Amino acid sequence: MTSELDIFVGNTTLIDEDVYRLWLDGYSVNDAVALRVRSGILEQTGATAGVLQSDTMDHYRTFHMLERLLHAPPKLLHQLIFQIPPSRQALLIERYYTFDEAFVREVLGKKLSKGTKKDLDDISTKTGITLKSCRRQFDNFKRVFKVVEEMRGSLVDNIQQHFLLSDRLARDYAAIVFFANNRFETGKKKLQYLSFGDFAFCAELMIQNWTLGAVDSQMDDMDVDLDKEFLQDLKELKVLVADKDLLDLHKSLVCTVLRGKLSVFSEMETNFKNLSRGLVNVAAKLTHNKDVRDLFVDLVEKFVEPCRSDHWPLSDVRLFLTQYSVSVHSLDGFRHQVLWDRYMGTLRGCLLRLYHD
Amino acid sequence: MPGKLKVKIVAGRHLPVMDRASDLTDAFVEVKFGNTTFKTDVYLKSLNPQWNSEWFKFEVDDEDLQDEPLQITVLDHDTYSANDAIGKVYIDIDPLLYSEAATVISGWFPIYDTIHGIRGEINVVVKVDLFNDLNRFRQSSCGVKFFCTTSIPKCYRAVVIHGFVEELVVNEDPEYQWIDRIRTPRASNEARQRLISLMSGELQRKIGLKVLEMRGNAVVGYLQCFDLEGESGLVVRAIGTACTLDKLSSPAAFLPACNSPSKEMKESPFNEDPNPNPHSSGPSTPLKNQTYSFSPSKSYSRQSSSSDTDLSLTPKTGTGSGSAGKEGGPLKALLRQQTQSALEQREFPFLTLTAFPPGLLVHVGGVVSARSVKLLDRIHNPDEPETRDAWWAEIRQEIKSHAKALGCHAVVGYSESTSICEEVCILSASGTAAVLNPRFLQEGTVEGSLEQRIEENLPVGCGFCHIPYDELNMPFPAHLTYCYNCRKQKVPDVLFTTIDLPTDAVVVGKGCLIQARLCRLKKKAQAEANATAISNLLPFMEYEVHTQLMNKLKLKGMNALFGLRIQITVGENMLMGLASATGVYLAALPTPGGIQIAGKTPNDGSYEQHISHMQKKINDTIAKNKELYEINPPEVSEEIIGSPIPEPRQRSRLLRSQSESSDEVTELDLSHGKKDAFVLEIDDADAMEDVHSLLTDVPPPSGFYSCNTEIMPGINNWTSEIQMFTSVRVVRLSSLNLTNQALNKNFNGLCENLLKSLYFKLRSMTPCCLCHVNFTVSLPEDELIQVTVTAVAITFDKNQALQTTKAHAEKSLQRASADNEEMLQFPLELCSDSLPSHAFPAAKEHLESASSNSGTPAAQRAVTVEKASPMGDGNFRNRSAPPCASSTVGVVKMTPLSFIPGAKITKYLGIINMFFIRETTSLREEGGVSGFLHAFIAEVFAMVRAHVAALGGNAVVSYIMKQCVFMENPSKNQAQCLINVSGDAVVFVRESDLEVMSAQQPAVNCQPSCTGEVTT
Repeated sequence: MTSELDIFVGNTTLIDEDVYRLWLDGYSVNDAVALRVRSGILEQTGATAGVLQSDTMDHYRTFHMLERLLHAPPKLLHQLIFQIPPSRQALLIERYYTFDEAFVREVLGKKLSKGTKKDLDDISTKTGITLKSCRRQFDNFKRVFKVVEEMRGSLVDNIQQHFLLSDRLARDYAAIVFFANNRFETGKKKLQYLSFGDFAFCAELMIQNWTLGAVDSQMDDMDVDLDKEFLQDLKELKVLVADKDLLDLHKSLVCTVLRGKLSVFSEMETNFKNLSRGLVNVAAKLTHNKDVRDLFVDLVEKFVEPCRSDHWPLSDVRLFLTQYSVSVHSLDGFRHQVLWDRYMGTLRGCLLRLYHD
Repeated sequence: MPGKLKVKIVAGRHLPVMDRASDLTDAFVEVKFGNTTFKTDVYLKSLNPQWNSEWFKFEVDDEDLQDEPLQITVLDHDTYSANDAIGKVYIDIDPLLYSEAATVISGWFPIYDTIHGIRGEINVVVKVDLFNDLNRFRQSSCGVKFFCTTSIPKCYRAVVIHGFVEELVVNEDPEYQWIDRIRTPRASNEARQRLISLMSGELQRKIGLKVLEMRGNAVVGYLQCFDLEGESGLVVRAIGTACTLDKLSSPAAFLPACNSPSKEMKESPFNEDPNPNPHSSGPSTPLKNQTYSFSPSKSYSRQSSSSDTDLSLTPKTGTGSGSAGKEGGPLKALLRQQTQSALEQREFPFLTLTAFPPGLLVHVGGVVSARSVKLLDRIHNPDEPETRDAWWAEIRQEIKSHAKALGCHAVVGYSESTSICEEVCILSASGTAAVLNPRFLQEGTVEGSLEQRIEENLPVGCGFCHIPYDELNMPFPAHLTYCYNCRKQKVPDVLFTTIDLPTDAVVVGKGCLIQARLCRLKKKAQAEANATAISNLLPFMEYEVHTQLMNKLKLKGMNALFGLRIQITVGENMLMGLASATGVYLAALPTPGGIQIAGKTPNDGSYEQHISHMQKKINDTIAKNKELYEINPPEVSEEIIGSPIPEPRQRSRLLRSQSESSDEVTELDLSHGKKDAFVLEIDDADAMEDVHSLLTDVPPPSGFYSCNTEIMPGINNWTSEIQMFTSVRVVRLSSLNLTNQALNKNFNGLCENLLKSLYFKLRSMTPCCLCHVNFTVSLPEDELIQVTVTAVAITFDKNQALQTTKAHAEKSLQRASADNEEMLQFPLELCSDSLPSHAFPAAKEHLESASSNSGTPAAQRAVTVEKASPMGDGNFRNRSAPPCASSTVGVVKMTPLSFIPGAKITKYLGIINMFFIRETTSLREEGGVSGFLHAFIAEVFAMVRAHVAALGGNAVVSYIMKQCVFMENPSKNQAQCLINVSGDAVVFVRESDLEVMSAQQPAVNCQPSCTGEVTT
C-alpha cells in the first residue's frame, strides 16, 4: 500500500513554526523529518514516523505555495487563497526575510549579481548554511535592492512599505542595500573582526548624513547614493594637514585640553599628526569610487589599528575624537566648519563603533 | 418584466501577465446573464485595472433569475489575434431574491480558470430590483428560503414542518457530447460548470414551487447531489424538508432563543402517556429477502404490514400532548385524527432534519435503510428523469415500509446517496424511524404551539428511547427492559440512529467516534452479472458492518449510536463499506454487557490459553474505555428496574454471518458469560482477524475527542477557536495477493493513520474535539482507494468541562431536563453571565471589545488560547507590529456545524452551492497530485469565503464537501478534479461583543448584526 496523495487543507492555514524554520534553513523533507524525530516529538505526541513525514510534506507544500506571495509581502495580505491571521502573516514574512549573520558578512558590500550567485556554493561550504537557504537569503537581498534602489523617499520606510518588515529588520536591509550599492569592501582579512551590526550601524549614520537625502528629501535614490557634491567638497579638508601651521595649531589645541585626561596622552601626542593625516586623507580620497569602496579598510588601517597597537582604551578614543572634531572650530584660518562637522560627526560615530577587538 | 439585475465592474487586481513583451495585461470584462452580454472598456497595460464601469442592467424573468448564474469573464484584449480568457466568476444571485437575505453582493471575487486556477481578483457589485408578480401560474419560486442546516435555523421559529420535498433533473453530460472531441478541455470544463450551475438553479426553483404548493416558505436540510452517470447523463437531485418559518424578531424572544449553540429554543421534552399502550397484536408478516435494512440490534427485512402497525401506534401519537389538560378530550381526538391524516397524506413522511424543535421527536425506532443496484445503460430514456424518479420512489417506499414495521409513521435524519462505477449504480437511502408529535406537522394548530411549555410530569429526557413498536409483536428479536430513567416504559438494549443526539437526552460520560470499515473483493464482471454479484454481496457487507459497529460499541462500553452513516462504495473489483457514528452511553438504556470470546476447539490447551489472553485484552480495553470516556453510570438495583422481559433465550449472540449453520448455536455455552454478554466465536482466521481489528483501533491521544455529530455529548463549554479542514488521501494497493483480509487491514490502516495525522496536526489546539467528522470513500480506479475527511476542530475549556460534566451527571438523574439543557446548551452564556471574571479574563474581553471598534473583524482577534496554536494569535502580542500588517481581507469562518461556538448567528444570507472543475496538463510542474489537489482545495475554500464575504457574511455554517472526484493520469502528466460544496452564508456576532452592545443599547434587536461584519 503506497500513498499516492496525502493532503490536509485547513480553512485557516496551519503554520508550524518549527517546520517553517527547517524549511527556511533549506532542509529537504527527509532531513527535516529526521531532525524533528531527533527533537523528541514522536515521544511527546505518540505519533508515528509516517505521520511526521506526511505532516512535514504538507507544511513544505504550503510553504512552497506561499513562497511566491512572500516575494511581494503586500500580496500575502491581500490574497484570498490562504486565510492566515495577521499575526501569522507577519511572522511568515519576518522569518522569511531574516538572514544569517554568517551569510550576510560574506556578501555584504558585494554586487548582488549573477556572478556572486555562483559564489554561493563556496559560501555554503564555508558557513555550513545550506545552499538553498543561501539562495533564499541572497535572492531576498537582491529583491529588496531591486525594488527600492531607484525609489525616492526614506530607504527604511520604502523597505518597510514594500516588504512589511519590522523596524529592526528594515534597518538591516537598508544597510545591506546601502552597502551593496556603494560596494564597500567588508571582506578583507583585517575587517573580519567586524560584525554585521557594526557595519549596519555605520551605514545608518552614513545614510543619515552623507547621502543626498540628508540635504534634500525629494530626490531619487536619495538614501542609496552618497552625496557626490559633498564628497567633492571633502577635498577642501586637506588643508588641515597640508598647512603645517594649521596642523600644529590643531594639535596644540587638542593636547591642551586633553593633557592629564588621557591614559595614553603621550602616545596620542606622538601620533597626532599621523592620525589626523589618516583621517583627513580618507576624506580627501572619497572622490574616487574605488577609494569609497575601501573606506572601512582605510579607517581600520589608518586609525583603528594604530590606536589599538598603543592600547588606547575606548574612553580615550572617544575623548580624543570629540576633542579632535571640536578643536577645529577654534582654527581661525579654516573656513569649512560645516563640511568638517558633516564629515567628522559621522566618522566619529563609525570609528567608535569600529574600535573593538 | 419581474426583475432587473444590475451589475457594476469596479476593478481588478493581481491579474496575471498576459503580454510577455510588456509584462502587463490589457484587460476587459464580459458580463453575461442569460443571452445578454455587456462589455467593459479595455483597461490598457495594467495588472490592477480600474474599470469603474457603468451599471449594466439586465431585464429578466424571475424564473431566469433563479436558474441562471451571472457569468463574468475577464479577458486580455489582443488586437491581432483572438482575445485570451483570463478566467471567470460565476455568481449565484439567488440570495438577492428573498427579502431577508442579502441586499447586495459586493466584493472581491477570485477569477477562476479551470486550467490555471485562481488568477487574480475582480471587484463586482450586483443588485436586483424585483417587481411584484401577480401571476398565479408563475414558474418561479422566488422568496422560498433554502438552508443546508439540518435543524431549524437559529433566529427562526418553525411554525409548521410540512415534510419531504425532492426533485431531480437530468441532462446530457457535456464531457460526453460529440463536440467534446473537438473543443478544448477548458471549454468542456466550463460547459460542465455552467450546466451544473443552471441545473442547480432549476432544481432549486422547482423544489421552491413544491414548497409553495405545500404553503411553506422555506426548505431546511437541503441536500443537493450530482450523479456523474457518464454516457447516460448528468443527474442533479435534491431532497429537503419544507417548512414554514417565522423570523424571531422581538428582542426578548430573539436573544435568549439564539443563545444556544445548538438549538433555538429551550426544549421541553414531550410528555409521555404514562399508561402502557393497549396492544393490538397481529401475526407478523413473513420476512422477505430482497431488501436489507437495519434495526437496533438485528438485521431484518420486511414489507409493510397493513394497518395493524398504524393501530398500535395511534394511541401514542394521539396522546402525545403534554398540555393534555388544557386541550381536553375532544381536541385530543381531533389531534389524533389530524396526525394520521397529516402523515398519511404525504407520500413520504420523511424529514431531512437531524435535530428537532423541542417536543417534535416523540420516539425513535431505529435505523432504516434500503439499497438497490441499478444498471445505467438500461435506462430507456436517459434524457428524461422518469426512470431515476421511479428508482428513488421505489427505495423511499421501502424505507417507509421499514419504518412502519418499526411502529413508526415517520423517518427523520433521512438522506440519500449513490455510488457509481461504470454502468453500475448503487442507490442508498437511510434514516431513523420515528414517531413525531403531529402538532408541528400541520397548519391551523394552536398558534404558538412551539412555545408552549409543558411543565408537569416531565419524563427526564428519555422519551425518545422508548420503543414505538409493539413489544409483543416485535419486528425483530430485541432485548427490552424498563427504561433506566423513568422506569415506566420499555427501552431496547441498544439504539442506532442517524440523527443528532437530542439535546434533552441524558448521557453518561462522553461520546466517541465509532467506525466500521470493510472491504470485499468482487470479480470484475459486465452489466447484469456485475449487478447480481454486487447485489449478492450487499447483505453480507451490511451485516458485517453492523456486527463491527455493535462490537466496537460494546468495546467502548456504550449503548447507543447517533449520526450513523453507512456508505457502500462500488469499484471495479471491490466493494467498500464505511460506517461512522458517534457512540454514547444513554442513561435510559441498560448497561451494555461485555464481549465474550468462544473458541471452537475447546480441548486444545494452547489455543485455550490464546483465547483467554484475548479475552483479557478485550476486558481490559472495555475497562480502559469506560475510564477514558468517563462512563460510570449510577448503580441501579434490579428490583427497582423491574425484571427484564422474559425471553426464552439470550438473543444477543452474534454470528459471523447468516450462512453459518445454525446448529452450532445450541452447542455454544453461554453460561460462562455474564448476562447480556456478546459472544464472538473464533472459528477461523477471519474471525481472528476481526477480533484483532477490534483491538487495533487506538483511542485518540489525550486532549482529543472526536464525534461525527454536531456536538460532542459530555462536552459543553466550547471556546471560540475553530478550525475546519479537509484531508484527502489516495493509496494504491499492491495488486499482488489481494485478499479480503489484506484489504481490510489496508483500509483500516488508512483510516486510522488519517485520524492519527489529524490529531497530530491539530495538537496545538488541545483540549479540542473533532466534530462532524465526515469520511467519504471512493474507488477512482482499480487499485486506488480515496478517503476524504472534512471536520471541524473546536477547542474547549478543560477545567470547566470537568465541573460541568460532574454537575451534569449529578443533576441528570434528579432534575428536570430544562436544567440539563441549560447545562448543555448555554455553557458560554452561563459562565459569562454568572462568572464573568472567572470565565473570561478581563484583558481578553477588552481586546475583543476593542477590536469591534477598529476596522478589523472581531473574529480575527478573538483568540482565547494563550499558547501558540494553528490559529495562534497568541504569539504575536509580544512582537513589534509591522506598519501595514492590518489586512483588508476579512476572516470568514467555515464549519460543518450549524452553529459557531461562542457566537450568535444573527442573519442567514442564503445558500452557497458551488461546483468547480480543475484540470491540469502539467501535473509534475504543479507539485504532483498532492500539490495539485492541495492548491485546488485551498482555492475552493477561497472562493467560498469570497462569495460569503461579498454577501456581507462572516461565516459559512453547515458546510459540506459533497463531492471530490479526483482522476489522474500521471503518464500523461494530467489530472482532473471536480468538487462540489455547499453551506449557509451567515452573519454572526461574538457573544462577548453582543453583551457589550446590548449593555450600551438595551433596545437593540437585530442591529448588532451589522457591527460584526467583515469589511471587504
